[in-house]
Amino acid sequence: ICVSEMLQLPLVVTAQVDLLLVLVSLLAFWTRLSHLNYPNAVVFDEVYYGQFVSLYMKRVFFIDDSGPPLGHMILASGAYLGGFDGNFVWNRIGAEYPSTVNVWSLRLLPALCGALCVPLVYLLTLELKFSHLSALGAAVLLLLENSLIVQSRFMLLESVLIFFVLLAFFSYLRFHNAPSSWLILSGVSCGAAVGVKYMGLFSYLLLLVVASLHTWKLIGDKTISHMNVCVQSVHRVLCLVVVPVLLYVFWFYVHLSFLNRSGPHDQLMSSAFQASLQGGLSRITRGQPLEVAYGSQVTLRSSVSQPIPCWLHSHKVNYPIRYDNGRGSSHQQQVTCYPFKDVNNWWIIKDPGRQQLVVDTPPRPVRHGDVIQLVHGMTSRFLNSHDVAAPMSPHTQEVSGYIDFNVSMPAQNLWRVDISNREAESEVWKTILSEVRLIHVNTSAVLKLSGVSLPDWGFRQLEVVADKLFKAHSSSLEWTVEEHRYGTSQEQKEREAELHSPTHIDVDRKISFWAKFVELQWKMLTVKQEESEHKYSSSPLEWITMETNIAYWLHSSTNAQIHLIGNPVSWGVANLSLLAYQLLAVVYLLRRRRGLKDVPDGVWDQFVCLGCVCVGGWLVNFVPFLLMDKTLFLYHYLPALCYLYLLSPALLEHAHTHLLSSVTHQRALCVGALAVLLSIFLTYRTFCPLTYGSPELSAHQLQGLKWRDTWDILYRRR
Amino acid sequence: MAKAECTPKWNTLALRNRKTCPTPEKSFQTTFTPVSKDKNSQTAGHLAGGDTQSSNGPSGQFLARESIESPSKVLLMLVAGLSFSTRLYMITEPPHVCWDETHFGKMGSYYINRTFFFDVHPPLGKMLIGLAGYMSGYDGTFPFIKPGDKYENQNYWGMRGFCATLGSFLPIFAYLIVLELSNSCTAAIIAATLLIFDTGCITISQYILLDPILMFFIMAAVLSMVKFNQQRYRSFSASWWLWLVLTGINLAGALGVKFVGLFVIILVGLNTIWDLWRLLGDMSLSLVDIAKHFLARAFALILLPVILYVTIFAVHFVVLNKSGPGDGFFSSAFQSRLIGNNLHNASMPEYLAFGSTVTIKNLRIAGGYLHSHWHLYPEGVGARQQQVTAYLHKDYNNLWVVHRQQDNNSQSGNPDLVRHGDIVRLEHKETTRNLHSHLHEAPLTKKHFQVTGYGINGTGDANDLWQVEVCGGRKGDPVKVLRSKVRFLHRATGCVLYSSGKTLPKWGWEQIEVTCSPYLKETPSSQWNIEDHINPKLPNISLSVLKPNFLEILLESHIVMFRGNSGLKPKDNEMNSKPWHWPINYQGLRFSGVNATEYRVYLLGNPVVWWINLASLGLYLTMVAVASIATQRGFSLGQQRIGGGLLMLGWLLHYAPFFTMGRILYFHHYFPAMLFSSMLTGLTLDILFRSADLLLHPPYSYWFQRAGQLLLLFSILYSFYLFHPLSYGMTGPLAHEPGSAMADLKWMDSWEF
Repeated sequence: ICVSEMLQLPLVVTAQVDLLLVLVSLLAFWTRLSHLNYPNAVVFDEVYYGQFVSLYMKRVFFIDDSGPPLGHMILASGAYLGGFDGNFVWNRIGAEYPSTVNVWSLRLLPALCGALCVPLVYLLTLELKFSHLSALGAAVLLLLENSLIVQSRFMLLESVLIFFVLLAFFSYLRFHNAPSSWLILSGVSCGAAVGVKYMGLFSYLLLLVVASLHTWKLIGDKTISHMNVCVQSVHRVLCLVVVPVLLYVFWFYVHLSFLNRSGPHDQLMSSAFQASLQGGLSRITRGQPLEVAYGSQVTLRSSVSQPIPCWLHSHKVNYPIRYDNGRGSSHQQQVTCYPFKDVNNWWIIKDPGRQQLVVDTPPRPVRHGDVIQLVHGMTSRFLNSHDVAAPMSPHTQEVSGYIDFNVSMPAQNLWRVDISNREAESEVWKTILSEVRLIHVNTSAVLKLSGVSLPDWGFRQLEVVADKLFKAHSSSLEWTVEEHRYGTSQEQKEREAELHSPTHIDVDRKISFWAKFVELQWKMLTVKQEESEHKYSSSPLEWITMETNIAYWLHSSTNAQIHLIGNPVSWGVANLSLLAYQLLAVVYLLRRRRGLKDVPDGVWDQFVCLGCVCVGGWLVNFVPFLLMDKTLFLYHYLPALCYLYLLSPALLEHAHTHLLSSVTHQRALCVGALAVLLSIFLTYRTFCPLTYGSPELSAHQLQGLKWRDTWDILYRRR
Repeated sequence: MAKAECTPKWNTLALRNRKTCPTPEKSFQTTFTPVSKDKNSQTAGHLAGGDTQSSNGPSGQFLARESIESPSKVLLMLVAGLSFSTRLYMITEPPHVCWDETHFGKMGSYYINRTFFFDVHPPLGKMLIGLAGYMSGYDGTFPFIKPGDKYENQNYWGMRGFCATLGSFLPIFAYLIVLELSNSCTAAIIAATLLIFDTGCITISQYILLDPILMFFIMAAVLSMVKFNQQRYRSFSASWWLWLVLTGINLAGALGVKFVGLFVIILVGLNTIWDLWRLLGDMSLSLVDIAKHFLARAFALILLPVILYVTIFAVHFVVLNKSGPGDGFFSSAFQSRLIGNNLHNASMPEYLAFGSTVTIKNLRIAGGYLHSHWHLYPEGVGARQQQVTAYLHKDYNNLWVVHRQQDNNSQSGNPDLVRHGDIVRLEHKETTRNLHSHLHEAPLTKKHFQVTGYGINGTGDANDLWQVEVCGGRKGDPVKVLRSKVRFLHRATGCVLYSSGKTLPKWGWEQIEVTCSPYLKETPSSQWNIEDHINPKLPNISLSVLKPNFLEILLESHIVMFRGNSGLKPKDNEMNSKPWHWPINYQGLRFSGVNATEYRVYLLGNPVVWWINLASLGLYLTMVAVASIATQRGFSLGQQRIGGGLLMLGWLLHYAPFFTMGRILYFHHYFPAMLFSSMLTGLTLDILFRSADLLLHPPYSYWFQRAGQLLLLFSILYSFYLFHPLSYGMTGPLAHEPGSAMADLKWMDSWEF
């Protein structure tokens, strides 16, 4: 019956299309996507992101401390769609792409995101309950902003970030205005925004604040039952907190499961992490015995990778009898930490009670608390420490390979094994997994990498000392066995040959995703890159007035060039509206406090909401940079700028409807707004050559575009 | 205002006949109802719920005043007695220089000797230390070279005693503040006890340091502010003015000791804004009244502190009139004020001439002397030529010789003067290299060009030529020593010699970068003056340099201080304390002694106290969250507001900013925040105990309350007994070795005693 009834109905498609929205979207696509593959050369930070895209294509592991992996993944998926194989050397800005690289697809996704920002701003203004005209104004401001166009058209991440941030706010406000399933989209966008760049965190926190204010009002609403309030609150927490956190972890899950080959950043990670990657360390260590036994031949890697990763080392050279500053040494054999693989990094674990240097059958494993001796493989010296000041850190003890000079300096070569990450008291010392401290039995000092490099007599290798006063959780005390095999030859000559040969035997080891995630996240937050000023870096206060620009690309032979320069008129409008809003808000607040209500409550709420989102958004995306010690660039200001573009037309509408009473004033305002829009369009046209890189301008024309003395525009001398 | 702490809370009286004061005084279980006598008390009733502290309204407090004055006074005396005795006990031990005494003791001596010095902190604290030393008979001769130096016969007890006395006021202030905020003796006593028996607070009060002085002013300012808030129903009365002005004075004091005082200024500022906002909403006040309120606060909290602060500096500059170790940080004009400085009543050739030996000082405030030395720029930093830097100290390597473009030999006869537009070559006297620039990036300011020392014995190339330009001068004007502002334009590239003010890394000995800037705007960074001028062939003329006025000196010394502060970056090998270490008492500071044989003092908070504080912070937040959600849902808790918002804000303001600071941080930076945290603990625990009757019935809840208080007291006292050697000194083996008195007390591996 149902079907027959349906068949009797006329087949009607009722669609309402907002033509304005369609129009601005089309224009946005046209400004962002046209001639996307020009210039066919590496532009600015493409050189930075490109290397990671290549590594993605080759599934090689890397660390980038500039942000979480989602951004790289998006860029890489664009490259994947275009069939990029990762075979391109990203070494300098301006290098030509070969014909095998599909430049268009590399730049497609950021450009799409950048284009979609324009309709999103339109919709967002509507959700803030302003008119379609304001929405159009905001969309046009964004559409004609040269800096946003430039930033969208290349393989960069800001446009992606801005897209997700706007999407998050749009979907949240839509949920707030008419509760529906939009909230989950908001949560997902927040997770994505934070996943693209850590900067997304600022906007995410703002969204949380706005959401909690709304929830607080909900809690105060006594017409709703307790049960209902609980359900609603839990729903919000789930969507806006749990979902983004899970997503954030998920990006790393994808990242780690995708990148499974060893690569250039391996050395920053722990041995266990490295062993989980294909190639690299795992190729060397695959098949090593797990349990360290008496007679094992091992290399000991220091757990601290500052300044560089290194292995416990010794060689046939003694400490100088006297140092430069006149202090004496034991003149015994040097023990150092050496940052390269070397046959002199091999040590043999010996039971103090027995003479033999081979592993029994079955092997007798070394456990936590056991006392051992360490014999240097190539020189057969025992690892020794005594009450002699270390060469560079005189408050600690010297560590040496013991030589008996018959000067009543007895050997003190017993070391107790202390596994600091043990789970049980009698845990066995495991290759790669166990972090071990070697405690000197006679003096209870701990073997430690001091981090200082020795002078020329020590070949600039790193100093190793034994320290009595140590900090508890210092990783400079911990050592892990990296390469390991069971020794089989008692004779020195055979043993040397054995040490020179590579290791084999088969065992498989894995570490869990969580361990890898925590380690990677920690490294990303703590790895410090050398921060230095860049030629185009700027300070946050210069952004407001756009004191600086960034030269992105210069044609290899002509004057055609691309710069990150904003539209100065829009920039001014944005600053003006920011000031105007704050002024108006202060006046309103003071007058309301004295009981003078200038605008009805509904309008006041709308005004407050506008301020929370736009002025708040500007604040959270700008103020933190004032406190940062990092190298900053003009493009860091773009998210904050977008909030201001959202603010300007809305504020204008507010003034038009509620502040100006006479019709003439209102008309004057409209005319003024139109004039400003027109001048924005004209400036956009003026700066187009610097935005799209064509047509080429003469030096004279370029000089004319230098509106500010502090801008760096490049001229080619002919 | 009245101590109304022991009155039953009249708004809950109908529900429970319960007392909130633990003192044995049981005489006034009289019930009274609030009588609305006048307009003021009505307002009180309305506003009591909305403000940071609860007020019972004056009418109730007057009734209760008589009967409670005595127990509260007795408690106050007890607090004072304990506080002074714990701080002054063994004040002269150890009899050697401990930790930062080496700085602040030395600076106290400088005041006594009237020698000019430079420090990153404002002068009030050191002035007071110097004064205390002077009064107690210390003559300023002890050198304070390094920690561990024996005092021998010097009168150092006066300076330590002064700091300890100020430190002893902290628990008393805490007691009074909490009493005002909560009206509960219990809360006040808990807060005071926490502070009295905290080993950290004792240790930091006992030595010649700025911290006890700073914390004294911070707490005094908070106390006056709280007292002032209580006066709100008696606007413009004498006591209203007294507390308002006292707040202002203490703010000036706090800022005068250390810039950390800024945080308490923000706290008071926020409180005042909130207060004004409240007044603005009070429709019974006319706009004129509000303007009066505003002006009164602006006078007492802005104008007065500024005047006092400036006065402190005025005294500082008047007292210190002799040349000392801090001269080089300041401009030539400044130095001419100092007796003993070579610019004081200086006498040198008036106009710069070829062949003269000169020092060249950058005009940027705290810009250094143009300097070079026998070290090259490291590989990868521009060309591998000799470094040229700006250096703040006076040194032989600051000397340069002015040469003509070509000739090397000085001619006979009167040398020619250098004039505006002349081309010169500047030869570094010590290394005979020429000042040189070329088209390589500068080491830090990448937009500028590198400046190096190049050539040998004056033979270089065309890149060694600089054009002298007197700012505001015309072609042919001579260069006046000290008075002319000079720019050096590089002939070959057209850039101008510039000092960016950025500190070079280790390879540059942390001196200041010198570059050649292609941006030709006239800024002090690109202007230089000729300071010393030696030319035996010219007659010396006595120069009276334009004496700078006071405001210029003030501004200059502040900029120098801020530069100094931000320049205190953590060194590579140095132990660096992180802000998150502090509340968990992760690691202390060695004040004295390292080895087993030495007398050791270790600055570490009493772990029990600190961990209680930490837990209370969480507890407080939970309680506030639960209470406000309940209120928002319309449940009546029948209890007063918790009222610790002010203290919580104080804690946050004194703690959170450290996370954003790039300078080197130490454990003792947490102590002001710790004071706020302890007061908050007093308040929170008191309310927690009192909330017992939400769960238990009257006799049990009363017992629970008592038991909780006793347990708390006992644990604090016992932990103090355990840890007191940290403050009063330990000898013998270290804690992780057998046989130590502190053997089982190393609860965290990171403690180093």
